[in-house]
Amino acid sequence: MASLIETRGLTAFYGDFQAIFGVDIRLDAGETIAVIGANGAGKSTLMRSIAGLIANQRDMVLHRGEAIGALGAPDVVRRGIALVPEGRKLFPSLSVEENLQIGGYGRRANGRWSLESIYDLFPVLKERRRNPATALSGGQQQMVAIGRALMSNPEVLLCDELSLGLAPVVIKDIYAAFSKIKSSGAAIIIVEQDIAQALKVADRVYCMMEGRITLTGRPSELERAQIHAAYFGAETHELA
Amino acid sequence: MNWLDTLLQGILLGGLYALFAAGLSLVFGIMRLVNLAHGDLIVLAAFLILLIVSSLGLDPFVAALIAAPLMFGIGWLMQYHLLNRTLGKDVLPPLLVTFGLSIVIQNGLLEAFTADSRRISAGTLETASMQVGGVNAGLMPLMTFASAVIVILALNQLIYRTALGRAFRATSDDVVTASLMGIRPNSIFAIATGLAMMVVTIAALYLGMRANFDPTAGPARLIYAFEAVIIGGLGSLWGTLAGGVILGVAQTVGAAINPEWQILAGHIAFLLVLLFRPRGLFPRAVD
Repeated sequence: MASLIETRGLTAFYGDFQAIFGVDIRLDAGETIAVIGANGAGKSTLMRSIAGLIANQRDMVLHRGEAIGALGAPDVVRRGIALVPEGRKLFPSLSVEENLQIGGYGRRANGRWSLESIYDLFPVLKERRRNPATALSGGQQQMVAIGRALMSNPEVLLCDELSLGLAPVVIKDIYAAFSKIKSSGAAIIIVEQDIAQALKVADRVYCMMEGRITLTGRPSELERAQIHAAYFGAETHELA
Repeated sequence: MNWLDTLLQGILLGGLYALFAAGLSLVFGIMRLVNLAHGDLIVLAAFLILLIVSSLGLDPFVAALIAAPLMFGIGWLMQYHLLNRTLGKDVLPPLLVTFGLSIVIQNGLLEAFTADSRRISAGTLETASMQVGGVNAGLMPLMTFASAVIVILALNQLIYRTALGRAFRATSDDVVTASLMGIRPNSIFAIATGLAMMVVTIAALYLGMRANFDPTAGPARLIYAFEAVIIGGLGSLWGTLAGGVILGVAQTVGAAINPEWQILAGHIAFLLVLLFRPRGLFPRAVD
């Protein structure tokens, strides 16, 4: 059976600059995978390529075995692949509730997510629903960004640098919601610089450096020295 | 000179200017596109209404109901296939393309309708009047002003109360992130321009019934529309109504002092606002 998401020899460019080189990853149903790596490793580019923000060759990105690499973001989200972008990117002229509602613009019919279930997941958002989204704290904004992506009823949730700029206690709260998101049936790809956090929630980990995968494996099978080497530069390991 | 009468006539004239400007404001507010062909599109819509009235013998208001969806289609096609290609960080391409479009529309209308001055006959409505606070006001200017208020109210309801309006605002905030929501920005922009052309049709109806127009009448309407938008604050629809009223009052007061000062007084009011409030009187909080 085909993986939910698979990239095959994925390359991506910004103008003449090549950001990632032949990246192969796969995500199976119900799985959470983490992509870790230092700044500039190509993690966000990988997310943007899967989400349709960067045009690729058709067969470099597969969804349930179908080539979607050339689709634009609106078509990708309609297939059930939603991105929580780096930096949250909330709409400043929309309230919290409107930001959540706009997330359902291209929603799939089948799925459990609604305004009420998002408010159940993040109760503080219900209290602040009339506020401009950008008036919220960083952590609350991240909750809006996650809720907004969930409103499309995704089967694949792409989370780009959720912990960026947030206090550890807030990060803990946000990741605490992940078990509920997983139980909704969504598979998740998270991109993180926070290795410890990524290893806690992921079933499998990919480490990237300079646009290439340098290590893959299950968190329980990876040793600290291997991750350190793959993260900062050393030979490539294959464990799983 | 009755100042109350002058003031009322100015406010009512402002309704026409607000109608000229509302479509321009809508398009600018959503996609930061300055459409230099806006005035010519008003004149195009006026000729379209005239054509329907003269060929089918319909009432101008019924003709406008037929013209409005046609203008929506023209606006949608123009935005989707032409103007969307000009949008980007550089402001020059849309200016150049809409300037070219303006020339094309003017010359097309000259070919089709000659340079003769035209008017859409509104029958007895043209001379009908009623008392407003002891001042005699024309029914047509009153209807124009009421239409401007209704149009702006309706656009505000659309923008702030509907899913399409949320998509307009989200796309205006951030095109890339909007596409992650499943929004197709090119279609959203085309719908916005289509709606602006429906407003243009209403403006054209009153322009055609209140005054003579010819194929070269567009640029002057564009200037009034621009001035109303800028006085009110870029992207603010209620500001646009206020801008139209200020422009209208300035013109009627100028004309009351000396008939030769009518147009000049409007421009001076515009320059004064630019001098003291460069972002307009009611600028959008998010720009």
